[in-house]
Amino acid sequence: MTAPTSVRPTTYREAIREAMREAMRRDDRVFLMGEDVGRYGGGFGVSLGLLEEFGEDRVRDTPLSESGFVGAGIGAALGGMRPIVEIMTVNFSLLALDQILNTAATLLHMSGGQFNVPLVIRMTTGGGRQLAAQHSHSLEGYYAHIPGLRVLAPATIEDAYGMLEPALADPDPVVIFEHGSLYNEKGTLPDPPTAVPLEGAAVRRAGTDVTLVTSGGCLGRCLDAADDLAGSGISAEVIDLRSLRPIDDDTVGASVSRTHRAIVVDEGWRSVGMSAEVAARIAERCFYDLDAPVGRVAAVEVPIPYPRHLEAAALPSAERIAAAARKAVLGDG
Amino acid sequence: MGEFRMPSLGADMTEGTLLEWLVRPGDVVHRGDVVAVVDTSKSAIDVEVFQDGRVERLLVEPGTTVPVGQPLALLSDEGAAGSTAPPAPVPVAASAPVPEPHEAHIAASPFARRRAVELGVDLSSVSGHGGVISVADVERAAAGREESATVAPVSSPAPVSSPAPEASSHARAMREAIAALMARSKKEIPHYYLTLDIDLHTSLGWLTSRNAGLPVDARVVPAALLLKAVAVAAAEFPEMNGHVVDGAYRPADRVNLGVAVALRGGGLMAPALVDADRLDLDALMTAMKDLVARARGGRLRSSEMSDGTLTVTNLGEQGAQSVHGVIYPPQVALVGFGRIAERPVALEGLLGVHPVTTATLAADHRVSDGHRGGLFLARIAELLDEPENLVGGRP
Repeated sequence: MTAPTSVRPTTYREAIREAMREAMRRDDRVFLMGEDVGRYGGGFGVSLGLLEEFGEDRVRDTPLSESGFVGAGIGAALGGMRPIVEIMTVNFSLLALDQILNTAATLLHMSGGQFNVPLVIRMTTGGGRQLAAQHSHSLEGYYAHIPGLRVLAPATIEDAYGMLEPALADPDPVVIFEHGSLYNEKGTLPDPPTAVPLEGAAVRRAGTDVTLVTSGGCLGRCLDAADDLAGSGISAEVIDLRSLRPIDDDTVGASVSRTHRAIVVDEGWRSVGMSAEVAARIAERCFYDLDAPVGRVAAVEVPIPYPRHLEAAALPSAERIAAAARKAVLGDG
Repeated sequence: MGEFRMPSLGADMTEGTLLEWLVRPGDVVHRGDVVAVVDTSKSAIDVEVFQDGRVERLLVEPGTTVPVGQPLALLSDEGAAGSTAPPAPVPVAASAPVPEPHEAHIAASPFARRRAVELGVDLSSVSGHGGVISVADVERAAAGREESATVAPVSSPAPVSSPAPEASSHARAMREAIAALMARSKKEIPHYYLTLDIDLHTSLGWLTSRNAGLPVDARVVPAALLLKAVAVAAAEFPEMNGHVVDGAYRPADRVNLGVAVALRGGGLMAPALVDADRLDLDALMTAMKDLVARARGGRLRSSEMSDGTLTVTNLGEQGAQSVHGVIYPPQVALVGFGRIAERPVALEGLLGVHPVTTATLAADHRVSDGHRGGLFLARIAELLDEPENLVGGRP
């Protein structure tokens, strides 16, 4: 990669749109389909303007049938296309879970290696926008559980742009989670923008006393918590997993082996989810380096509430993250 | 004032690593109490103290490796004469409950435990905040110790990088220890070997009918009967049961029967069934199971490791027909039993099929001759022919 010549302002939403636009210009096998992605411009406005540029064959509005259009995407991928399927929220994706698990993730195995499924599925995840319990959940763990999938959670504008090209190049199915609260995030991209590697966690802030391990929509809250902790003399390292399957154990392990304390922050529910998986890996790998129990900050185990104050109370906040980190560093006493 | 020293837990041990103190200064101890855990090249051993007294001072920090014989702690006589001194516990594995010194668990983080070993800090002397010791507490304690410098450890803290040696290095160390001991045995001890086939028809028949009425966990296996027979015979043959010390033979006044135990990770140990000849058959069975389990779990007592007077190796059901063993120094004899198998035997002019084991004796020719060895094996066979006489214990 050459050094970028300049930067230009953009948003997380525009970065994804730009990545899709360039992919479709570059490769006529690439097309987008999903509910309202065409005339309406996408449930969250990500694909606004693409129908006008690429036409109805390549930007396809689908019926409200997740199982149907994800299955069609799998078929198109098998037929040599490079589909991008948008599912409006991860809650709705459960209707397509059979297609994703039993077909997309499994076909390479069941065909004895004959049939790859080069499919990219994008979906919105997470709460915080008062969309209530059927639009606000974080079910990344459901997909990260499945062998045969690659699961990505871009938390930054660079990753939102840069992950799409290598995801389309991957011969196997890739699921990309876009946290709904990130679409309006403002930032910059290198000009021209560049692809990024799919694997490997990123240290978003270096620190020495405690490691905050997170991904996606919780990254900003962890960075806020780290600012707060720095004010009281606690140096927190923030790791953005970026990829939820596979998980980069090396980066997490190296960090925890230095800081000796870890807090896993995840917007999914606490039980049997991403945070449990990451905490278990830390315990397996870093047990003799741990100076405090691995802490977790996760969603309260209720359907995410609609009222603003209840929703805020249910989700991980910078305050809860900082409190968990203080407890790990300073002890209970 | 007395000294508690690094014990020799077997003739192959030259040094040991103190893993943990189970007493603190001021504690009153009695003969037989487990006071420390020592790591030999073979396993972690609960070490007993051999005198009554009060712990005056601990001289060696956990994690330190010291040679056999080096004082580990100072004991004062105070408390020994105290009215509370109970009779010394008899370390009979069968009935004495295994002490659980680790019940008093110290809450410390894994990293704090690792640092404590590295810095030679005794966790029991560290106070944590919030009830849990973290690495900061350990490092504070280490710094405080250096500042006061009044109670300097006898030896510098061992540069141990992890509390438990790597499994592979442990296995290597055990292999080296076995190699050294067996080479020493073959170099110093003029072995002679005798073999006798023993017909177990009577004894196993008796055992089967005895077990028939018992629940599974109360049944006695043939190996226990064999051990009991050897133990009873050994009490009658002092030249088979004892130690060569500084070139002179000292018969033992009790029979602590070493039992060769193959360890799952490879290697072998021969901890002793203390006073095996005095145990009744059921107690011996219980003690044997307990000993084997603890040998494999690495929780043996020091007396079991060092006090064997005669060793038995039993190849078990899957083993070979016979074993001509190597004597475990400083002992002077080793009895081996091959696999118990159905074999043709001549019976009053007819051919029959009976369960038979081949018993072997490897004995030290400096101490005994083949004639006595032969009588010893014959006595074992004779005892096995009257198994009902092996049931009871002796005071």
